[in-house]
Order: sequence, then C-alpha cells, then structure tokens
Amino acid sequence: MADNKGVLILGEIAEGKLAAITTEMLGGGRGLADALGEELSVALMGSSIGDLAQEAIALGADKVYVVDDPLLKDYQTDSFIAVAERVIKEASPSIVLMGQTAMGRDLAPRLAFRLNTAVSMDCVELAIDPDTKALLQTRPVYGGTARAVFTTDARPQMATVRPKAMDPLEADSSRKGEVVAVAAGIDASIIKAKLVEKVKEEVEGIKLEDAEVVVCGGRGLGGPEAFQELEALAKVMGGAVGATRPPCDNGWVPAAMQIGLTGKIVSPTLYIGIALSGSSQHMAGCSGSKNIVAINKDPEANVFKEARFGVVGDFKKILPAFTEKVKSLISG
Amino acid sequence: MPNMIVCVKQIADPEAPAGSLKVDEAAKKVVPAAGVAQVVSPFDEQAVEAALRIKDALGGKITVLSLGKDFVMDVIRKPLAMGADELILLQDPAFDGSDSCSTAYALAMAIKKVGEYDIVFCGRQAADWDAGQVGSGIAELLGIPCVTVAKKVEVADGTVKVERVVSDGYEVIDVSTPVLVTVSNELGEPRYPKLKGIMAAAKKEVPTWSASDIGADTSKLGAAGACSTLLKLFVPVREAKCEMIEGENAEDMGANLALKLREAKLI
Repeated sequence: MADNKGVLILGEIAEGKLAAITTEMLGGGRGLADALGEELSVALMGSSIGDLAQEAIALGADKVYVVDDPLLKDYQTDSFIAVAERVIKEASPSIVLMGQTAMGRDLAPRLAFRLNTAVSMDCVELAIDPDTKALLQTRPVYGGTARAVFTTDARPQMATVRPKAMDPLEADSSRKGEVVAVAAGIDASIIKAKLVEKVKEEVEGIKLEDAEVVVCGGRGLGGPEAFQELEALAKVMGGAVGATRPPCDNGWVPAAMQIGLTGKIVSPTLYIGIALSGSSQHMAGCSGSKNIVAINKDPEANVFKEARFGVVGDFKKILPAFTEKVKSLISG
Repeated sequence: MPNMIVCVKQIADPEAPAGSLKVDEAAKKVVPAAGVAQVVSPFDEQAVEAALRIKDALGGKITVLSLGKDFVMDVIRKPLAMGADELILLQDPAFDGSDSCSTAYALAMAIKKVGEYDIVFCGRQAADWDAGQVGSGIAELLGIPCVTVAKKVEVADGTVKVERVVSDGYEVIDVSTPVLVTVSNELGEPRYPKLKGIMAAAKKEVPTWSASDIGADTSKLGAAGACSTLLKLFVPVREAKCEMIEGENAEDMGANLALKLREAKLI
C-alpha cells in the first residue's frame, strides 16, 4: 500500500455529539496532517448523524466520511470492524487514529490484525519524524513507569490516543471541507456478539472527567464510610469523587469511580489524593491534573513525588479540619 | 460442559513499590530490581477465575497456556493450584522478542493444537506492557468473535452472556461459542489456591511445546514476527516539587492546607 496518504480518525459519537476524544484527536490529527502536508479526514459511524460532519470540519477535518446506518446506532465490535475496514480501504490513509476508549480498546487491535499492521495503544504523544515521515508513537508502559516510542513499517500506521492527551482546536465555522457518504454495506447477520442491554452506573452529580476539582480516595481510607467525608469535601468545592482501584475492587464504591490506567482519565485544575500511595497505574489516570495535593500518613508515598502540596498525617484528623476551613474560606 | 482455554503471562510483580523497576535505555529493556517477585499477570489471574466460576457452575475443562521463558514453576503453576486442569508452556528461543503480533500468532497456533474449545479467556492486558491487544488478535486469527473487558461471564443454553465494562456502566453482550473473552479487574478477586490444590498442582505433568510442536511459521514468531519497532525506552522526567504543609497538629495542618490553596488561588 505505497500510496497511503493522510490521517484518518475513527470518530466517536456520544449522545448525538462528537465525543470529547474525537474533538481532541481532530486537534492532534490536524498537527500531524500539516506536518505531512496531507489531508485530515474523520469517519463518523453511527445512526442519524445529522450535521456532526460540519462540526468535525469546523474542528479541523478536511474530509468527513459519513456512514449512517441503523445497525450502527450502538457500538458493536462486528459491525464497526466491518465498516471501519471498508472506510480505511476507501480512504487508504497513512495513519489511523482511534480513542483509547471502550470502543477504541476493542476495535483497534482487531482492526490492526485484520489489516496486517500494528497499533500502539494508549499513546500520550504522536509526532512525525521529520526525516522518515514515520509516525512516532509514544506510550506509557509498565503502568507508566517508563515510556516507549514505537514505529511501524506496515501501512496504515495505527494508534489509539489517551483521552486528554491532545487539545481540540477552536471551532471555526468558516472552515471548508468535503463530506463523503459511504454505505455501511452490512446486514444484521454479521453481528455475532450482540449488545442486548446497556446498564448505566454513572455516579450522581458532576461527571468525574469534567470536574474541575477531583477528590480521590485510596486503600488507606479503610472502608466505604470514609468516602462520605470525601463526598462532603467535594460538595463544598463543587467537585467530584473518585477512587483508586482497591476501593473499587473491594466494593466500597462503584467501579465507575475508578481513576487510573484501567479506569477513567481526569485532568482537573485541582486533584486531591487522600490515603492513596500513588502507584504508577493510578497516576496514569490523574497526572495531567494541573495541581495535585496529597494527604498521606507515609512521607515516602509515591504520590508526593508528583504533588504540588502535601500533608503527612492521618486523614481522619486532617480532612475534617481541612473541609471546615475550605468551607469558611469559600463562604467568607 | 464447556472446554475452556486461558492464556496467562508471567511478569515481574506490578505491585512492587515504585522505583523497583529500572529502565535500561541502551538495551531498551525494563529490568526488575533484585528481589522483585515473578507473578501471574493480575488480569490473567482474573481470567483464570472467570473460567473457574463457569467450571464451578457447569463443570468442564480448563487448559492454561503460557508463552514465555525463565518460568518460575511455583508461580506459573498457580492457575493449576486454583483449579485449572492442564497447563502447557510455550517455550522456544524462536519466541524471543515477541510483541503483541507474534505472541497472538503463537497462542492462536497453540489453541488450534489444543483443538476443541468453547471459550478462550485472556486478561484485558498484561500488567507490564499494558498493550491489551493479544486477546483481540487471537480472536481475529482464529476467526471467532471477541468480547473485551468483561466483569462477568456466564453460560446458559450454549449462549455466553458477558457484562462488558464501559465508562458509564456496563453492556450485556450475548454471543454463541466459540468465543474469546478478555477479563478485567471488575470481575473481583481471584480465589486463593487451597493447600490440596497446591499439592495436586505440584505433581501435575506440565508439557512444553516448541515452535515446531505448534506447527508455527517461524517468520511470524518472536522478533521476526513483530509488527512494530521499539525505537526508544525512557523514564519520563517529573518536575513537581512538593511543598509540605506543616502545623502544630493534624487539625492545624488541615486548616493550613486550605489557607495555602486559597493563597495559590485554587479555591
């Protein structure tokens, strides 16, 4: 495939809008396409896509492949694989980007094997090598302890992108682009693994990924009760509560609250980590926070290495006084 | 009764304290410090647990496959001690330098040699390279459906029902066999081996299969079959300097932290 050209994003649609990850990849992908002097395209696969194509153009796309079919209403591996393969064959891109999301995690490896190429998962940085024009794919490994840079000889070069690793562009409605409708070309019989039910477990209040303040608790909280104090603090600050893996695995809080490599990625203005050690797997989910504050009784805890402010001591005594003072400062 | 295959990987303990893994930038390798234990990758242990829960309910047979080298036998036998029936090791210099592509190919060939299977289980990702590709790759090579990031797997009337974790909850997926399922930590803690299981596991014959045993094309194995090139491996630089908040006592420190955040205009 010597004439592979351009950057193709496999976009995601969430509740009728372009998903945040897709707007981020449009921003990052624009830079890659410009570095190559080639086109940036995005594939929107879904049902009743409407004018999202124009929105994608305003956010940086030169071309939008729209695959609108009732069978694509929800993400299902078998239907999306078939359609993604079809669009990639039509677009013949040099680079394919997906989000490191429930969809991208599932779709990307299978697609890479089908196309006899490789994919680098969970990339935090992508760049074009100025000499070889190859895509340099940087991803954390060993739970974030190290970073690896990969290249791929085969085409297309594929990567999934970690949420919040790239910045969306300012929408510009005067930008021009081309919209290409592509037929899905599938029937229901290809769907072997069938989605029969979607169950929402979203925690009430502000979404973790959107919160400007995140209060996160770890194993050291000792049980579900202490999370009520974290809730109280989050409420005062207008933030959301998250957790490291052990409280979720132990059933203290729902799995949807997990922040980390295998949970959610957050990058709030203020992240307050309480009674958590700061394992690299957890920090992978919050190290993009602008200010990290840590409260832990162990002065050697890893979290202090990434924190701006730290308090060494027992959260049971520190937290109520902290919450009280925050409350009086905010109301005063 | 379902025939199940579980793929597991032996790795350096990912729960070892931060700093116990050293990066050799010249050799592009991560080297565990002396004393860091080898373990079965935690997500893979959960994959074994998922298979055992089905065996508890319906019976059936569990065959465990592991590709690697320098196996610590007490460690890699753990799935047997937990209750799996067979363990087969894939060990051959031809597998050296495997990446996700060549690992998936070798495991797919080994699965074909095992023969009959209803469900293949893998961990959602190995807790060292965190790629999360091998399961989907095996499914593609075998031409079977794949459901990733499962928190619950049940079998009823020949249909496999999988709860798949997504960001705002979970999806219920119905799929018929044969199928590959990758398992996530939300499945819950894997069981501890019982003494009786450990003793039985220690006596079990563990065959080793080479590249030729699985009929593999050596150009698709190990470093030769790798799809991507590792250019560089490095430790990211951290610039944060932590300011420690002092105080007369813990309550005082809590209040001082709030004052500090106000001063920094963060609240």
